[in-house]
This record gives sequence, C-alpha cells and structure tokens, in this order.
Amino acid sequence: MPAVQETVEQVRAIDIDQYKYGFSTDIEMELAPKGLSEDIVRYISARKNEPAWMLEWRLDAYRRWLTMREPDWARVDYPQIDFQDMYYYAAPKSNAAPKSLDEIDPAILETYKKLGIPLREQEILAGVAPENRIAVDAVFDSVSVVTTFKEELKKSGVIFSSISEALHEHPELVKKYIGSVVPTTDNYYATLNAAVFSDGSFVYIPPGVRCPMELSTYFRINEQKTGQFERTLIIADKGSYVSYLEGCTAPMRDENQLHAAVVELIAHDDAEIKYSTVQNWYPGDSQGKGGIYNFVTKRGDCRGARSKISWTQVETGSAITWKYPSCILRGDDSQGEFYSIAVSNGAQQVDSGTKMIHLGKNTRSRIISKGISAGRSQNTYRGLVSAHRRATNAKNFTNCDSLLIGNACGAHTVPYIESKTASAVFEHEATTSKVSEDQMFYCMQRGLTQEEAIALIVNGFVKDVLQQLPMEFMVEAQKLIAISLEGSVG
Amino acid sequence: MVMNAITPIRTPAEQALIGAFGALRDSGPASAALEGLRIDGFSRFEASGLPHRRVEDWKYTDLRALMREARPLAGAPDASVLLAAKVAVGRLPRVGGSRIVLVDGFHAPDLADGGALPEGVTVSDLAAAMAQRPEISALVTGQPATRANIAFALNNAFLTEGLLIEVAPGTELGHALDLVSITSDGAPRLVTSRIVVVVGAGASAGIVETHLGPAGVEYQKNVVMQVVVRDGATLEHGRRQIEGDQALHLATLEASVGAEAHFDSLTLTTGAAVSRSQLFVRFAGEHSNVTLRGVSMLKGRQHADTALVMEHAVPHCQSRETFKHILDGEAHGVFQGKIIVQPVAQKTDGRMMSQTIMLAEGPSMDNKPELEIFADDVACAHGCTCGELDADLMFYLKARGIPHKEAEALLVEAFAREAIEDFGGGPLAVVEELREAMLTSVTEWMRART
Amino acid sequence: MSLLEIKNLTAKLADEDKQILNGLNLTVEKGQVAAIMGPNGSGKSTLSYVLAGREDYEVTDGEALLDGENILELSPDERAAKGLFLAFQYPIEIPGVGQMTFLKAAVNAQRRKNGLDDMPTPEFMKLVNGRAKELGISPDMLRRSVNVGFSGGEKKRNEILQMALLQPKLAILDETDSGLDIDALKIVADGVNAMRSPDRGFVVITHYQRLLDYIKPDVVHVLSAGRIIKTGGPDLALELEAKGYADIVGKAA
Repeated sequence: MPAVQETVEQVRAIDIDQYKYGFSTDIEMELAPKGLSEDIVRYISARKNEPAWMLEWRLDAYRRWLTMREPDWARVDYPQIDFQDMYYYAAPKSNAAPKSLDEIDPAILETYKKLGIPLREQEILAGVAPENRIAVDAVFDSVSVVTTFKEELKKSGVIFSSISEALHEHPELVKKYIGSVVPTTDNYYATLNAAVFSDGSFVYIPPGVRCPMELSTYFRINEQKTGQFERTLIIADKGSYVSYLEGCTAPMRDENQLHAAVVELIAHDDAEIKYSTVQNWYPGDSQGKGGIYNFVTKRGDCRGARSKISWTQVETGSAITWKYPSCILRGDDSQGEFYSIAVSNGAQQVDSGTKMIHLGKNTRSRIISKGISAGRSQNTYRGLVSAHRRATNAKNFTNCDSLLIGNACGAHTVPYIESKTASAVFEHEATTSKVSEDQMFYCMQRGLTQEEAIALIVNGFVKDVLQQLPMEFMVEAQKLIAISLEGSVG
Repeated sequence: MVMNAITPIRTPAEQALIGAFGALRDSGPASAALEGLRIDGFSRFEASGLPHRRVEDWKYTDLRALMREARPLAGAPDASVLLAAKVAVGRLPRVGGSRIVLVDGFHAPDLADGGALPEGVTVSDLAAAMAQRPEISALVTGQPATRANIAFALNNAFLTEGLLIEVAPGTELGHALDLVSITSDGAPRLVTSRIVVVVGAGASAGIVETHLGPAGVEYQKNVVMQVVVRDGATLEHGRRQIEGDQALHLATLEASVGAEAHFDSLTLTTGAAVSRSQLFVRFAGEHSNVTLRGVSMLKGRQHADTALVMEHAVPHCQSRETFKHILDGEAHGVFQGKIIVQPVAQKTDGRMMSQTIMLAEGPSMDNKPELEIFADDVACAHGCTCGELDADLMFYLKARGIPHKEAEALLVEAFAREAIEDFGGGPLAVVEELREAMLTSVTEWMRART
Repeated sequence: MSLLEIKNLTAKLADEDKQILNGLNLTVEKGQVAAIMGPNGSGKSTLSYVLAGREDYEVTDGEALLDGENILELSPDERAAKGLFLAFQYPIEIPGVGQMTFLKAAVNAQRRKNGLDDMPTPEFMKLVNGRAKELGISPDMLRRSVNVGFSGGEKKRNEILQMALLQPKLAILDETDSGLDIDALKIVADGVNAMRSPDRGFVVITHYQRLLDYIKPDVVHVLSAGRIIKTGGPDLALELEAKGYADIVGKAA
C-alpha cells in the first residue's frame, strides 16, 4: 500500500478549498492489477465468487464496451481518460467476509464516524427515535464493508444488502432485474460498469410493505488511482414504498478519479420509490486540479400501473458531473419526478438533467431544476421530455432556473421536448439571471453581510427542491450549498 | 478534391450534388468573386455530406433521409418560362410597394411591378459588387455559425447569381419592397438564390419575401438572405413560405444588427412538403432590439423546422422570439432555438417562447429551446408549451352556440394572432397589409381543413 | 453631537452624469422627527438610497456623519449595524426565504456585530409574535416568503415590524405612506410613534402632508433639485399642501 500522506499534504497546502471530507484513511488494501482486460473482469468476478452467468454477463458487456466510443455531446471538457492507468478493484485486506462490526478494521469505522455516518447500531440507537433511524450500506472503494439494521429490516421482509451478497442469497431476484432498466448496451459508462462493477446496494421491498426506515448507501472512494464502479438495484414490489438516500465523498487528491455508477429502480403496480442523492465527491481545487469524474447512469422504470419514482439530487461535488436520473413511465397513470440542485464553483463542470419518457396513458412528470454557477464553472441542464403515441393525456411540467454568481461562469439550458400525442400537455419554463441586486441590498440594509445575503437568497432559490429531501438531510444540504459557494463573491 | 483515406458512402442525392457541382464548374468559370465562395461551400459539403439526425443541429430534420434525390440545377429562365411566371406572379396580390421578382432563382427585371424603385433603394448584381467592394465580399462570406451550416454551404456551391439590395442611409421607405421568388412549372429542379440586403445608418425599410411554386412538383429550393441593419436603422422583414405541396424548401436568414437598431422578422409557413427555416441573428451594436417570430401551419405529412440562433455579442440588447405551430394530420413540426449570451454581453434581455397546438391525433412536435449564457448580469428565459386546444375554452364557445369547427378556428386564429399582432410597429404601411394578409392566410388555412 | 449630519452631499447615478443631490446639507437631532418633502424627481429616494449605501449611486462630494462618524465608505450591512434603518418605498420580494428565517438572520447579524450572542429561538419567536400582533401582521404572513404575495399595505407594515425588531438609532422612512389606505396608514403611524424616543431620530420622506397628520414632525425640510431649499416647523407642511410645490420651489430658484 503506497503512502498517500504526501499527496494529501500537497493538496492540503492549497488552502482555498472548503472541502471537509478530504482526508484519506491509511489502511492496507488488496488491489487488482492495474488496467482493464478480460482477465481483470474475471478477477473481479472470481473475487466475489460469482455464478457463471454473472461472469458471462460481465464479459459480454466488456466485449461490447471495446467497440463503443466515449460520448462527446455533453458540455464537459476533460483530458482523455486512460482506462489502463487505474485500478478496477480495491478492497480493504482485513475485510475478508466480516461477520460482525467487530471484525471490521477500526480505521474504516473511524472513517465513517468522521464523515458523520456511525455504523455501530448501538451508537445510532442511542438517542434516536425509531422512526428516524436510517439503515446504512457502507461502500468503501470497491466493497461494501457493512450494512446496518439488516436483521431488523428482515423482520418486515425487506432485503437490504450489498449486491455481492444478494447475488449469493437472492440470485433469482438479481438475475431477473439486473440490466432490465439500464441494459449492458446502454451507454459507454454504463457498459463499462456492467463489466467491472464491484459492489453497491441491493434493495427489495416485498408487496404491500412500507419500508420501516430510511435506507441509505454511503460511498467512499479512498484508494489512489482507483475507479469506483458501483451498481445499485432497488425493486419495489406491488404496493410498497421505500425512501433511499445516497451520499458520497472522497479524499482530496490532485489526480482525477473515475466514478461510473449505475442505479436501476423498478417500481411495480402502486409502488413508490423516493431516491435522494447528496453528491459531494471531491470537486478538485479552484484551479481545476484533481477531483472526481462522475459519469453516472441512473434510471427508474415505473413498470407498474400507478407507480411512482421520485429523484431528488443535490449536486455540489465532482470535477465533472455527467448524470441524468430518468424515469420510464411505462405503467398507466404512473408518475415521475426530478428535483435537482446543482451547484458549481471553481473549475467544476456539470452537465446534468433528466429524461421523462412517457409511454403509458395518463402518465405525469414534474421537473424542477435549480442550477447555480459561480467561479469559472460551467453548469448545464440537459433534459428530455417525450410522449409516445400511446401516451395519451400525458402531462409534464418543467421549471429550470439558473442563477449566476460572478461573470466568469456559464449557465446553459438544453431541453428536448418531444410530443407525438395531441392530448399530451407539456409546459416548460426556464430562466437565467443573476442574484438580484435589489434583494442583496435589502438583505444587507437589514445587516446581513454579502456572503450571508447570498447564502440566504440562494437557499430561497433552491427551497422547492430542498423540501423534497428527508428532513435530516435538508439542513445538511443547506449547509453544504453555503460551503460550496464560499469565496464565490469577491 | 479532398483526399480522404476513407471514402464515405455517398447517398444518391449526395452523388448527384457532387456531379452537379462538377458540371457547373465545367460549364465555364463564374466570376472570380463567386468562384471562391463556390469552392469553399462545396468543400464543406463534400467533407460532411448531407446532414443527418446524428448531427445535433439537424437532429429532427434528417436531410439525408428527407432529400432522397438531388434535382438538376435550374438554368436561367427562357422567354416562355418568364411569360408563365409573369402570369402566376400577377395573380399574387401585392403586399407593399415595388415588386422585385426572381424566377428559378434568377432576377427577372422585366417582371418588376408596382412602379420604379423608391428613391434611396438600389438593386444590383451581387457578384459585381463583391468584386469592387471588399465589405460586401466579407458580408457574403457569412458569420462563423452560418458558414458551418451545410444548407448555406450548398447555397454557396451552386451560386450563379446574386442580388444586392441597398437602402441608402437615412432613407425612410413608406412601403416595403415586395420580393417574390417563384419556381417555374415543369421538370423538378434545384433552385438556388442569394440576396444581400444592406439597410444604411438611420434608414427605415421593410421587405416582404414570398416563396411559391407549382403544386405536385418535387422541386428543391435553397435560398439565403443576408441582412445588415446598420446603426440606428430599422428593418421589418416578412416572409411567406407558400411553396408547392411537394417542394423541399431550405431558407437561411442571416442578420447582423448594429447599434440602436431594430430588426423585426415574421415568417408564415404553410407550404412545401419539407421545409427548414434557419435564422442566424447577431447583435453587433449596443442598445438594439430584435424580434423574431413565426407561425407554421402544417397538415398532411408536412415537415417544417425552424432553427434559430440569436447571439447577443454586445451588452444592452433585447431579443424576443415567439414561434407558434399549428399541426394537423400527421404533420411534424420542429422548433430549435438558441439564445447565446457572450461574456461581454451584460444587461442582455432575451425571451423565447415556442407554443404548439395539435388539432389531430397524428402530428408530432419536437422542441429544443436552448439558453447558452456566459454573462451574469442578464435576464433570459424560454418557455414552451404543447397540447390540444383548451377543452374548457372549446366547451365555453360551444355552449354559446358556436359550432365545433368555428370554435376551433376562433381559438387557432387567436393563438396565431399573438405572434403576428404587434409585428412591425414602425411607420410602414405595408406592415399592416402584411399582418392582415397573414391573418387571412390563417383563417383560410383553417377553413380549408376538412 | 447631532445624530445625523449631512454636509454638502453630492451624488449621482453611477452610470450617468447627471447630479441628483447637489450639495445637500441636513442635520437631524436625537429624538427628532424630521420630515423631508419635495416634488417628484427632487432627489428624495436618492437621499435614502445614498444614506443606506446602494451601489448604483456614486457620492461625488460631501459626507454624512452618523453619531459623528462618516458612514459613506461603509457597506450597507455595516451601516445597518451602526443603527441605520431604511424602510423601503418598494419592499423587495425574496421568494423561498421564509419571513422568520429572514427576520432572525437580520436580528442576529446585528447582535453579532455588537458582540452579542444569537437570540435564543423561543425568545425571538415571542418578540416577533408580540410586535407582529401590534402591527396587525397575521401568523400566516409570518409563514410566507419575505414580502411575496403581500399587499402594498402588508409590505409597509412588514417594514415597520423589521424596524421594531432592529431598534435602529436612525430610521429613514421612504414614502411609507404611498399605496396605503387610511386604516393601514394609522397602523403604520402608530408603529412609528410607539418607537419615538429621546435617543432615536426619524427621517420621514413623503410627497404628501397626509402622513404628517399621523406622525407629527418636529421639523419640515423641503427638498428640491437635490438641495434643502427651505426649513420650517410643522406648519410648513400645511403651507405646501395648500399652495403646492411650484410656489415655494419657484421662490427659492
């Protein structure tokens, strides 16, 4: 395990950054050989003792990936990624199948504690009302180190585990659903993920069950030169409900690290999935050095009638964000929602939005996107709303607002609105403006400093979206936005 | 010839266009001024071929699929063609003052009508002007975004003649120029025309283009108009695209608007099987305003695309873009609009709206209203709506005894009127005539629905 | 020492050349209510914005001393912390920002600058609810976003509420009567009168005498073309109402 301390010190010396989660954990890791090949795919599959069909599925994806080209349509600019110059598998050595928390490396537990994510159930239980409990799947580099409250969830029939574990314990469910929303052929990064994904979370909510607590996965990239490729699969069976939250951080390093995840959601008849993300990967320094390349494919399939999938995202991190959480509204009367706050500062580049594909009758969707660009960042909303011939009475409402802070950044809106049905009603509105001078003056006349005034006005600007987050995360997200914008006014 | 290691697979239309260019070149040299344009245009076309759906700007108008064949180039009209054109043009009510007529893309001075050109207006040969005046040459070359466009490149490649219309500084025209561009009957051909309009400083002018041709003929037309509105000038520009039902119509309007200037453009589209109206408008001076508007009424299997780029390159300018689509049958409407605000263009005010009404189950509409903003002190917005006629309004009208068809017509006319109503606003008498003519077209179009 | 002393204040809009304030002199004593009246375009609102520190204006000459300290170089929030309050003629709407959040941010910003800890929430709630009740501000208004969806009268009452919470040394009321019906006017005037004290000064800017029936001024100044052209007692306001501005402005010119 190479010493990373030096890098950390170098990065720390760049004092402009406000990133709170930039520490790294010194821990002995097992790494796959560097680079990507069929052998690496086999290595990952073997490390996880996967069934033969899973290996074939991966190899199939890998071979297809070799024939694909990196997409270039997004408004993001970055040097060519050398896919041979990174590790595709990194796991803490001590983590060989821990049976309980006591077997987990204390350094890892300490890491999560520092991130504000306690993993010891007794620590969580102390002073937390049962309804406010959150079950956590903690993913450290390529592996899930622990999943909390599993036993308690099992009582109501909810399966919440790492996807590696689910492959052994519920292979029929994994086999049935994996790749059914984001096929292995979907896009460059999703196909790469299918070949090399190492871990992620698996959730199954049985029919009629309302998941008794919030579920969440906390992703941490720690190792150098490592890509993180996790895969999440959530299935809400008929009439069930689940709220799921994803958080992510990484150390400050002056190299770029790749994160290419895939999330698949399936909602059957009358089921509802609420998926929230607070994305706070290391964004790089203010000069654009370092930071995570975040190329993520997230898609929900409202497969059943009257099903509902709601995406909420607060994006403050990553050097590059390329992500379009989408809904396929297949079931009649199904609903899709997308609420997004994307904050960019420094040299960050964000190209994010959603797709609402209306296939079923009487389907409804709603998009509220708030982009805030500061520094020298570029922030793009890119979205598709489409109604197919059969999607009679489809309805969409889209509101996309952008706020600019400073005159060196850019804010862009690229919506595609496609209707093949007369009875579909689509409404789209978008605005771009700067923080109002009148509002600033009013706040400052009442005694608020410039930074306080901006934070207050920006929080007002994003309120509609913040309200969609589970209460505990709303406050966190609010603080995170303020921190991300620090130093944006001179 | 560009030597490529890989020879791209050419469609029959592309092969025909390449052949036509060769034939044109062999038929004798164009003027030196046009020669450069032609070669530049052709090499751009040759390098990329006809645009298809993977080319983002042509995503919804796959020209490679829609233009299966390329028609032979139209030659200069002979006496009998001119005579037939004269009759056809004569039937078209004049909107404006002096009428200038193009037949198959060639200027036909003998068909001019409506009296002599007003004082301060000159019409001359573009190639001659380019040879003598570098500023005209530069203008014809086009802005970078226009030059990168393949329809524009093809227009360059097949240019044999162009027209320069100049309005002297300070001139105030009472009537607009009535520009009619007609394609003659007979075997289908490819018509190319190029018009450059320069409105001098402080002048105020209007120009109305009408594009028409025979029904049932699969002719192809590629027209380019390049406009310069100098400081303090006003130009009101109307456009009626009433081409024959089988036609392919590609139109490019490029405009550069100077300081404290005003440019207002309104396009009515009802004709052609496949059409695309491209607008590349750029503010070159401060404190100016531009309004771009359009009404497209499509039926059957018509396809019409409006693709506009509104570039704010200087501070303190205002732009408004309002486009309406009324779709019937299995028609396909497309609106792609982009407002670009460059880093220096502070205090920009830009608003774009695209609205669609579908009158049947079959049509489809694709919208892509974009904002690309690099300056912070701006107020920009776009909106987009798409749907059927408001059911509550329809019910209300019918409850008052108005039959279904009439109620539809009333609401559609009101919908179209929003884009047409405040067109112009300058002193020109023609603006009123044009507005009326366009509203009448809307009414007639609704009446003709069965 | 006077509470406010303005000496030869000259100012213009930052991106225009025309001077709006032309060597204005004005003194306001502690405990005094000074009315400033003047025709449209005389520079009344400019004076209030320049004193509060709006960036669109450029001070080209002169000074303004609050308790003997020149405030013209300070940022708006620093002036607010020194006890200067402006009740806006057109209060600004801030969508998404709750009234309570805003009021609390303002009260605590002031406390922090004066070396105090943040006010505990229960105490703050009690304070706001009490003041709001006096001004006829409903609990519903306190739940909404700042000034969003408020009527003209509600916005003005909201300004007075903020003034009551911040307890300024010097309050400038910019055309607080505009857009108010008589009942709202009384409520606002009562709110102001309740705050009159020997330590506090008011500058009441108004076009009409009406407001001064309810907020009795100690002194009336007439502003014209960016200067105070006449100063008198409360009677001066009545004289202006009767004769109009043209007369007095004409004489001064």
